[in-house]
Amino acid sequence: MLKKLSLLAATFIVATGTALADPVSGGRANAVIQPEPPSLMLGLVQNGPTQMVAGNLYESLLRYGPDLEPLPQLAKSWEISEDGLTYTFHLYDNVKWHDGKPFSAEDVVFSADVFLRETHPRLRQSLKYVESITAPDANTVVFKLNEPFGPFIGIFEVGTMPMIPKHIYEGTDYKANPANNTPIGTGPFKFVEWTKGSHILLTKNEDYYIDGLPYLDEIYWHIIPDAASRSVAFETGVVDILPGGSVENFDVPRLTAMENTCVTDKGWEFIGPLSWMWLNNREGPTADKRFRQAVMYAMDREFAKDALWNGLGKVAQSPVSSSTRFFSDDVSQYPYDPDKARALLEEMGYDGTPVRLLPLPYGETWQRWAEAIKQNLEEVGVKVEIVATDVAGWNQKISDWDYDLAFTYLYQYGDPALGVARTYVSSNIAKGSPWNNVEGYENAKVDELFAKAATAVSKEERQALYTEVQQILTDDVPVAWLLELGFPTIYRCNVKDLVTTAIGVNDGFRDAYIEK
Amino acid sequence: MTDFWKRYQRNRGAVIGLIILLAVVLVAVLAPVLFPQSPWKMVQRPFLPPFAMERFPLGTDTLGRNVLAGLAHGAQVSLLVGLISTLVSLVIGIPIGALAGYFGGWVDDALMRFTEFFQTVPNFALAIVLVAIFEPSVQSIVGAIAIVSWPPVARLVRGEVLSLRSREYVEAAILSGQTNATIIWRQILPNTLSPIIVLASLMVATAILLESSLSFLGLGDPNLMSWGYMIGAARTVIRQAWWLSFFPGLAIVLTVLALNLIGEGLNDALNPRLSRKGK
Repeated sequence: MLKKLSLLAATFIVATGTALADPVSGGRANAVIQPEPPSLMLGLVQNGPTQMVAGNLYESLLRYGPDLEPLPQLAKSWEISEDGLTYTFHLYDNVKWHDGKPFSAEDVVFSADVFLRETHPRLRQSLKYVESITAPDANTVVFKLNEPFGPFIGIFEVGTMPMIPKHIYEGTDYKANPANNTPIGTGPFKFVEWTKGSHILLTKNEDYYIDGLPYLDEIYWHIIPDAASRSVAFETGVVDILPGGSVENFDVPRLTAMENTCVTDKGWEFIGPLSWMWLNNREGPTADKRFRQAVMYAMDREFAKDALWNGLGKVAQSPVSSSTRFFSDDVSQYPYDPDKARALLEEMGYDGTPVRLLPLPYGETWQRWAEAIKQNLEEVGVKVEIVATDVAGWNQKISDWDYDLAFTYLYQYGDPALGVARTYVSSNIAKGSPWNNVEGYENAKVDELFAKAATAVSKEERQALYTEVQQILTDDVPVAWLLELGFPTIYRCNVKDLVTTAIGVNDGFRDAYIEK
Repeated sequence: MTDFWKRYQRNRGAVIGLIILLAVVLVAVLAPVLFPQSPWKMVQRPFLPPFAMERFPLGTDTLGRNVLAGLAHGAQVSLLVGLISTLVSLVIGIPIGALAGYFGGWVDDALMRFTEFFQTVPNFALAIVLVAIFEPSVQSIVGAIAIVSWPPVARLVRGEVLSLRSREYVEAAILSGQTNATIIWRQILPNTLSPIIVLASLMVATAILLESSLSFLGLGDPNLMSWGYMIGAARTVIRQAWWLSFFPGLAIVLTVLALNLIGEGLNDALNPRLSRKGK
């Protein structure tokens, strides 16, 4: 009872705390962007840094809360028909593009059906389920599907389906359109200037369709190519916001120990970066399920989390990240247990054949991580050789299946059908890509479950199917899951409401304000 | 031999250098006995400062690995790489220099243009390219260092052979009908030995520095603990943990300094007529 009371009190304090803080307008947010984006035209380029800046310029129909529940963005409300085949969106009616032209349902139809269908490979996969996209009136859009597709409500995020102005792009060569250099969106901030190698400046959209938003006057993105200099820029007060991944993990404790400095690992729930080691299921010791299970038991993942990731993130329990829909922890668990690993190796009769380990060539943290895993494995008797390689070599070796163990991490995009199935279904085995079913895992039952779950209508049915598939996978261990990565966003504590959605800093600074 | 030692020990610095080098060799040889566990083993909490715990006098690194064990095992790698790559570059450089100096003419021209080709490319840049192409491993590193270090050997040997070539005893050997190979091998090369030895001791030092620089840049053999690797891995945390880069750095400085002092001492001992007056 006491416990409950104090919990209640705590909630109360938190609740009043937020209610009391009144957002104030004005001020400039100084943030770091790393690396410099190749372009800000989000319809053409969807890599991380592009979206981080352009998430302020462009918008989609929805955003997503930390639990991935859809929230209004350009669509103020929406309905899904009983059979899961018709999605109807009602748009805000006073929305204007940055150049003053009105935004309408026609723009949505053009963006989804014409522009992005041509330029956005990830969205194109989901659009296969779409029969028609129509605009019955200026503020209504209807998506009709040819069969139910569970994750469909999750594709209306700004990086997946950014709204593109029809009046600028219709009938032009999209990639050569000069407007790509001065992006026009509906977002809370407008593009001002981009000095290559120096900065990107955005300014408040005074005509934003929600009164009072945004609060900030300007966003100034600093381009600083050297990692150590980025840390120093924060220490000297030049920048106030270091988005996830912009400084080396080893610098994080020093920076967060500074006064008035806050850190959060939230804002990655939507893309849900999950790291694992590919295990070559085709040949060598890794072809034996017992060896793969032994690898899981041999790894001290808690240690890696604490020593290399400053305790941020979570030890992965399943192929589905815990922030992704349909995660289940009712699966085979693999705590750190070297004795069990040794027993499994003995049972399979492992003969000491050395295995090659490919680290991810993304900097110090990953290199150290490979060394730690190598040591973990050697302690249970597995001989490991680390193969040094650069990014190009890594891509090449993984695509050619020329490895035994190899680090990687991939995004999940909120739904197993979008970001998990691709790693395990046998139809996705093909040489030449480092992102498909590289490990060569084949299981007809798993294929069938993933296929059924993608098109099942009810949530309960999908959960049951995905739980079963997670149980099979955690028993077979096609890959060795490591951590749900926690990329820390570091910022001055007087910058408020910086990360409010599951898309985090990439979702724009619409709600952020600076407390005086 | 006693003469040699007498002349050598007259150079105080050279004696100190020899003592330091012997100590490093001893540590390298005894490393598997002193630290039977792998230097990669994570033994304590990460970032343990030096002298905080008796068992780990030099502290632990970013993953909790014993820095002292790393230094001892690193000594093996550094010395081995230094020695072997120097031997390999001697094996390349001496024959080229000897042939060029002995035969002269177009052979000399061809071989020297070939040598100059290597000399015009900056050493370190070439070594990086070679290691990157062949993937970092101890073999590729030794090979790369040897390939960038042989030209000075070739030029030195050529110069020596050129001056010995016209000596009377060489002409006598030619008259007595000895083959060119015998003359080079038996008459000329033994007399070029002392400058080669001096040069070689300095080359070992350079090779150790090269290996460390490569490892520092992340181009070391990822399966071997070396001093350069330790510094490279500690670079990002230098402000939190000074000891991680300081001790391996000190080890490199001492070893390279020792080899240079020895080189100087050898020079005095092997070329008594060249030795500086007043010493």
